Amino acid sequence: MGDCPILAYALKRLVLAIVIISVAMTLLFAMIYLIPGDPAKVALGPRATPEMVESLRVRMGLDQPIWVQFWRFYSGVWRGDLGIEVLSGRPVLTVVLEQLPYTLALIAGAISWSVALGIPLGCIAAIKRGGWVDRVVGIVSVAVIAVPSFVIAIYALLIFAVSLRWLPAIGAGEPGDLGDQLLHLILPSLAVGLGWVGYIARMVRASMLEVLEASHIRTARAFGLPENQITYSYALRIAILPTVTLLGVGVGQMLSSAVFAEIVFARPGIGKLVYDSILTRNYPLVTGSVLVTTAFFVFVNVIADLVIGALDPRVRSGFG
Amino acid sequence: MSVLSVNGLTVSFTTDGGTLTALRDVSFDIPDQRIVGVVGESGCGKSTLINAILGLLADNGRIDAGSVLFQNDRELTRLGDSDMRALRGQRISTVFQDPMGALNPVLSVGHQMINVQYRSGRSKAEKIARAVEMLRKVRIPDADTALSRYPHQFSGGMKQRIAIAMALMMEPALLIADEPTTALDATLEVATIELLKELQRDIGCSVLFISHHLGVIAELCDEVIVMYAGEVVERGTTRQVFNDPRHPYTFRLLDCDPARQHQRVRHLPTIPGEIPDLRRRPEGCIFAARCHRVHYACMRTPPVTEVGNGHAARCWLAGNPETVKVTA
Ligand SMILES: Nc1ncnc2c1ncn2[C@@H]1O[C@H](COP(=O)(O)OP(=O)(O)O)[C@@H](O)[C@H]1O
Ligand SMILES: [Mg+2]
Repeated sequence: MGDCPILAYALKRLVLAIVIISVAMTLLFAMIYLIPGDPAKVALGPRATPEMVESLRVRMGLDQPIWVQFWRFYSGVWRGDLGIEVLSGRPVLTVVLEQLPYTLALIAGAISWSVALGIPLGCIAAIKRGGWVDRVVGIVSVAVIAVPSFVIAIYALLIFAVSLRWLPAIGAGEPGDLGDQLLHLILPSLAVGLGWVGYIARMVRASMLEVLEASHIRTARAFGLPENQITYSYALRIAILPTVTLLGVGVGQMLSSAVFAEIVFARPGIGKLVYDSILTRNYPLVTGSVLVTTAFFVFVNVIADLVIGALDPRVRSGFG
Repeated sequence: MSVLSVNGLTVSFTTDGGTLTALRDVSFDIPDQRIVGVVGESGCGKSTLINAILGLLADNGRIDAGSVLFQNDRELTRLGDSDMRALRGQRISTVFQDPMGALNPVLSVGHQMINVQYRSGRSKAEKIARAVEMLRKVRIPDADTALSRYPHQFSGGMKQRIAIAMALMMEPALLIADEPTTALDATLEVATIELLKELQRDIGCSVLFISHHLGVIAELCDEVIVMYAGEVVERGTTRQVFNDPRHPYTFRLLDCDPARQHQRVRHLPTIPGEIPDLRRRPEGCIFAARCHRVHYACMRTPPVTEVGNGHAARCWLAGNPETVKVTA
């Protein structure tokens, strides 16, 4: 394993990211083009004169042929220019980046829940296979996987915030007050992550059971190594690999759950931003948010690959 | 003095189709510094025997009767979990069949070799030095840098030698090898056998060597145990068993191999018929259904008949070699 495989890997990933983002851009462009209604008219409202609409159309470039519009959009994105938001006239990128940290915190919280609960639960279920712990974990996992995250969000809100008043109900907390912000993060991130606790518990259980059957585990037992070392150092390290990949892909699903969580808990964030801008037909904001989210998703999967590379030497020497 | 003395060992598994008796009344001795071979068809209980000795039987397995005495003072069937664990890898080591899977794929060879020494009381530096020394002994090139490499970076033959190095690192009194060379090609097999023999002499341990390969058994082992359907049907020195077989099963195994030990038979010769269903053991001699010398007496279970110094067979005809050797 030298520098070269890593470089080749990085290059391959970069090309893949460009392709994915380009595809996302094309789809977004096509979608907005196909949606009925004139964005300029919608933005200005029913009382706008035809002259006002026409001048906004020119400003938004809507009078140009479609391929010119696409090229402007496409080349703009790579220059970091996601366009101007219609209502306030601020750059879309600035608006999106303002909201991004709230969603990142939400996703990070959801991942923390799913890893911190899912991995130990899956592990214990595998070790105590067939016992009551295993059965309870199995039933609860299926239950939390089956219940949609917005239902969890609403119940979490009703129980812990409204009835018990243990946790704050809405908002993201006082700016600058980290403790308050974390407190506000607990319920929404649990709503997004709870289903993933179930997925991960089941995944870890299945791969743990498989790894514990492997002959190198039998060898480790035959060497009299402590059972804890065998479970956590020899088996879990391998059993965790599919989970990392699953989580990388799962961030996409978490991002869509985040929309509901942000609406239910009235939290700022990309999901809320997309929702609001669809309602107001603020299309540049919709495209901008989706593109930033896509880029984030690609980035998370690179991280997942790197984590797998760090955990699995076989993958590491195959990078590239 | 014997390192391991197995007496009347009977092991059964609880299965959906009833109780499966995998080992029945198994007895043998492994003398000090000797290599004892075990032969038998697949499914005759060789791995079960190893697992029973190591205290690693599957959850549905149970020792019904018998004793496994280690170095004349420790009864392994009654040893507690932690005492047994302390013995494994330190006094009794094991090399398993599958060299590709025997090492943990995500931990470096050095990490694994150091972990194995955790009861040694050595310092980290001493452990590393010991690991390098063992890798040199099994002729792994660049032993110093090999420690930081991972199993997939070695060939199958090297992985098996690393597994052997790990097994012998604590200088055990007994090495158990479960078909250690079956997965290797013929040239590598010879090299590995030679290496094993050399290390055994070096360390002065005993070896329980399981193989399908009669040629390897003949070359390597001092004594042989022939197993059939969970029973020891014949045991004795290699010379006794190979030159003067007293059980029809042994005779058939050797007879199918005309050049005897001189020709390398990689797999056990096939004898018509199958091992009986171990959940419903037939009355009488376990081999009767496939035996070319079967007669009325075989309805009753034959006793183990001692026919020479340490040479014994579980057959009514054991004392009558000429009859055994008549072909069907
Ligand atoms: N965990 C188990 N449960 C049920 N039956 C088993 C189990 N392990 C082994 N057996 C049975 O015990 C017999 C001996 O198996 P084994 O010791 O693996 O044979 P060998 O190693 O000689 O091929 C076989 O009939 C096998 O099916
Ligand atoms: Mg076996």
